[in-house]
Amino acid sequence: MNMLILVVDDEPDVEVLFRQQFRRDLRNDRFTMEFAQSAPMALQRITDIGDRSLILILSDINMPGMSGLELLTKAKAMRPDVPIIMITAYGDAETKRKALEDGAEALLTKPIDFGTLRSEIDMRVERAA
Amino acid sequence: MASMSRCASRLMVSEILDLPDSFFAEPRTYRDYMTYLIEHGEFGDVDLETELRRYVDSADRERRVERTRPDGRVLEVRVNPVPGGGFVAIYSDITERKKAEERVRAARDAAENALRELKAAQDRLVQTEKLASLGQLTAGIAHEIKNPLNFVNNFSAVSVELIDELREALGGAHLDSKLRAEISEIADMLQGNLDKVVQHGKRADAIVKNMLLHSRQGSGEHRPVDINALVEESLNLAYHGARAEKQGFNITMERSFDPGAGEVDLFPQEITRVLLNLISNGFYAATKRKAEANGGDYEPTIAAATKNLGDSVEISIRDNGTGIPSEVKEKLFNPFFTTKPAGEGTGLGLSISHDIIVKQHGGSIEVDTQLGEFTEFRIVLPRAGASLIKSGESA
Repeated sequence: MNMLILVVDDEPDVEVLFRQQFRRDLRNDRFTMEFAQSAPMALQRITDIGDRSLILILSDINMPGMSGLELLTKAKAMRPDVPIIMITAYGDAETKRKALEDGAEALLTKPIDFGTLRSEIDMRVERAA
Repeated sequence: MASMSRCASRLMVSEILDLPDSFFAEPRTYRDYMTYLIEHGEFGDVDLETELRRYVDSADRERRVERTRPDGRVLEVRVNPVPGGGFVAIYSDITERKKAEERVRAARDAAENALRELKAAQDRLVQTEKLASLGQLTAGIAHEIKNPLNFVNNFSAVSVELIDELREALGGAHLDSKLRAEISEIADMLQGNLDKVVQHGKRADAIVKNMLLHSRQGSGEHRPVDINALVEESLNLAYHGARAEKQGFNITMERSFDPGAGEVDLFPQEITRVLLNLISNGFYAATKRKAEANGGDYEPTIAAATKNLGDSVEISIRDNGTGIPSEVKEKLFNPFFTTKPAGEGTGLGLSISHDIIVKQHGGSIEVDTQLGEFTEFRIVLPRAGASLIKSGESA
């Protein structure tokens, strides 16, 4: 099964960064990554995927229009089985509390510690394998 | 010279000076008049002849004298010379007028004091507002810088890995030795540069994180906290932090805790941050003075005190360090103002402390200092301060 990770961030450079950071995994087809630059685009993509290959959603919080926290609630309603990890530049206690309350698996702060993110991803990949 | 031969009077003078009605019933000389007054203590302990001489000598000059009588009443005496010698003296009892003037003066002084206090309060308010808007500006800038800076940090970190991979790839490639050496040298330089980008990026990130603290409403939960315990904990934290950072660091720590200091509703993390900041600054100033004293008798000391003020509590942190020059004192709470060498301080510590005390807790923070002697920060926290502020985050 092709495992898919959906990354949601309004900054296009996030895709470049993630593709470089996870280049070996992507090259070896350990999993694939898709990128959405807004919450509505992400919701559309979740609908389109419609199968069980989606193993993880990583989402920014501060995005123009629909925020990451709104996306979290909607995505959880659509796919309660898919873990969602929030990524934010401002990891304050209140945002963290809200994100975890609304069903996020974890909240990571930017600049992203890719060591932590990698272990989060590895855990989901192994679980799904 | 004026004659002393005649002295006439109208009735009022007798009343004003408590002269018996009979006094002017018979002809009186000026000497009789002065003798009577001096004998009755009108001028205190004076010599009759001297007084008379003084009056006679100045009899040809117009003048006005105010004097207080033994019974406390105030007299105005207008002396007018008359052609051909002699003078006319007009007496008025101005006691009531003087009292009225005194009342007006007291009222004016009170008004002036009130105005001065109002101006001082206004200055403080303007300063607080200025600092608040600077704080907002600082946080605003930090918000804008944070995202691009994150990319700088993440891309430089991944680039370091990519250079490693490049080296691995080159290891298997067929290259002549000169070209290989050249490529290897370039890779080394790129690696070195990226290490610098990573290092300074992390430094910038730490500054931006501090700048963002300006926009916070107070992190964590506010709750009633024992002030003495909080100050004691901050002293210990700061001391052990300084020891860990700098080997051989030592300072005398004095505590003067008011047992009645009690509890204050506050954000403990935030107030601890302020106290750590003030104590560390005190350590820095005392250590600096010790270095300048070059041994000597100087003993670096920091003194922490608390005081129950009823509806509020005062915390003071005093060091016997280098003190603060007045031009520095004015800018002390401005964001990014620092006297420390580059890389040692961001200049945000006191501006954030000001925000935390004034904006988050509705308190006040003031500094008293003398160059080369001491610096003392005094914080006053209202007991219910933090409970008035909404908990949470505005970022």
